[in-house]
Amino acid sequence: MAARTKFEIKLGAATREAFGRVLVELGHENKDVVVCDADLSKSTMTVYFAKEFPERFVSLGIAEADMTGVGAGLALAGKIPFISSFSAFAMNKGFEQLRVCAAYPFVNLKVVGTHSGISIGEDGPSQMSIEEIGLACSLARFVVIAPADEAATKALVRAAAAYVGPVFIRTGRPKAPIIYGSDQKFEIGKAIEVAEGRDVTVIANGLLVAQALLAADVLEGEGISARVVDMHTAKPIDREAIARAAAETRAMVVAEEHLVDGGLGVRVAQVVAETRPCPMEFVGIRNTYAESGQADELMDKYGLVARDVAAAARRVVARKN
Amino acid sequence: MLSSDDMSVPRRVVISGDLLEWIRPNMPKSIEELKITAKRIRREIIEMIGAAKSGHPGGSLSAVEIVVELYFNRMRIDPKNPKWVDRDRFILSKGHAAPVLYAVMAEAGYADTPLDQLNTLRKLGSVYQGHPDMRFIPSLEASTGSLGEGLSMALGMGFAARLDGRASRTYVMLGDGEVQEGQIWEAAMAGAFHKLDNVAAIVDYNRIQLDGFVHDIMEIAPLAEKWRAFGWHTIEIDGHDFAAIEKAFDEAEATKGKPTCIVAHTIKGKGVSFMENNPKFHGTAPTADEVKLALQELK
Repeated sequence: MAARTKFEIKLGAATREAFGRVLVELGHENKDVVVCDADLSKSTMTVYFAKEFPERFVSLGIAEADMTGVGAGLALAGKIPFISSFSAFAMNKGFEQLRVCAAYPFVNLKVVGTHSGISIGEDGPSQMSIEEIGLACSLARFVVIAPADEAATKALVRAAAAYVGPVFIRTGRPKAPIIYGSDQKFEIGKAIEVAEGRDVTVIANGLLVAQALLAADVLEGEGISARVVDMHTAKPIDREAIARAAAETRAMVVAEEHLVDGGLGVRVAQVVAETRPCPMEFVGIRNTYAESGQADELMDKYGLVARDVAAAARRVVARKN
Repeated sequence: MLSSDDMSVPRRVVISGDLLEWIRPNMPKSIEELKITAKRIRREIIEMIGAAKSGHPGGSLSAVEIVVELYFNRMRIDPKNPKWVDRDRFILSKGHAAPVLYAVMAEAGYADTPLDQLNTLRKLGSVYQGHPDMRFIPSLEASTGSLGEGLSMALGMGFAARLDGRASRTYVMLGDGEVQEGQIWEAAMAGAFHKLDNVAAIVDYNRIQLDGFVHDIMEIAPLAEKWRAFGWHTIEIDGHDFAAIEKAFDEAEATKGKPTCIVAHTIKGKGVSFMENNPKFHGTAPTADEVKLALQELK
């Protein structure tokens, strides 16, 4: 295989910023798009929608349970509501309402969590959401999406608006490395192979896609050919892409900015176990809560950078034989 | 009320788009007729829960007059066209009182609430699930059963109607124990803040919850004062008096700039002497003998 172009980090907009921008576009295109927020619009970036469409922006105060119920009511009456807060609050404080008012009756509610993971930095663990992919995936029939960059966020928020049914989208606070060009197509439930490889597959989402690409470059220098797959949709998961990767590379790493318990890794592992079992390693947060600090310091300290992905890949490749 | 010879004339005409009429199913013509309907609903509730051998008779019986008034004399609905976009909506937030809603919707003639299947309540495969479930009855406006959530959904429906310029009103019935849930007061703040005058909440204040009397479990009094303090137009009525219910709904509809809460004083188990004010019948089905006794009282 010819040497790949080295991946270089070029920062694009934060995924929350991309969410805020695309909401305005959607607002212009469809008068049924309504946005609810719980006193965080300047952080979730729904503030752009609020300024453009004040009559379709519903401020609900610091009351996430009510916001979730109001969103469900809007959807039941034919609207396309986006409710937004930090992931920690949207999911944990709204979970019961998401279950009974959205998942179980299959209501057309879109939930967008921002400030996900530990890369929110200085605010610390009470604001850091490291469980919500697991929680969201435990809601039957929810679609669960964690986009990697600006282009992915814009496309997948659009896809969520077009899809009829409950959706959770995980976005982040910091500027996100650009992964995709403007011609990339995105489809809910369809993983994207962002780097080819033969010896090991790294499946990642969110900010870890960029770290996986950096790791793949390091591994290539060591003679390990690493495939990188952006599993932007955690549910429904792309079983075909996982089974194919397991069959073709016979070793797999899953990397995510989330607790390893209940996150993308266990979902991928289930599919691997059901299709083509192979050795696996997991990069994620292990049984702890993080702390205050700068985003890059935290990602480094808690083992969520390219170094950690590469180390996991070496371990899993060693286990193949 | 209408006199007996003019039931074809709508009591109110609401202009919504080009639509200059509204439809009331099987519209009774008088309080006497509503009372007859209420008694029939009570018999059906007893029979359903008796057949199911589980369920919540007390809070179903306390809510009968209000739900009957809504479906037979109040809401702009068309059971033959249940998703009519301009319809009024009702959410039974106290979802455990499902039998009263099922019996009323069956009597109103919704295709997905067959009258002859009421006694399959709670049985495998029945559309009459233990708590209202839209997967089985699409004509329901919401799936409920986890207390505290219906008021928020009603506000969402109110917002949607306002955004669309529809005259549609949303009614939501809360239990008195249910208002112990914090989400109710989040929603109470939001409803008043957003001036959702197309929403009306009714609290079925029957003073009993599962574990006993509300004042022994977690006092909610003074209830009307709480809703007033939260900015709602608040009306207190006897929730078994059709004339009072009708007047309260008229007042709610006429009240602009704020939502209305109707605190309806009711009797748990109303209509069956041994169930009235008896906490046992919050969540216990009558035995076969008790069903017989109750039906005799409801002749």
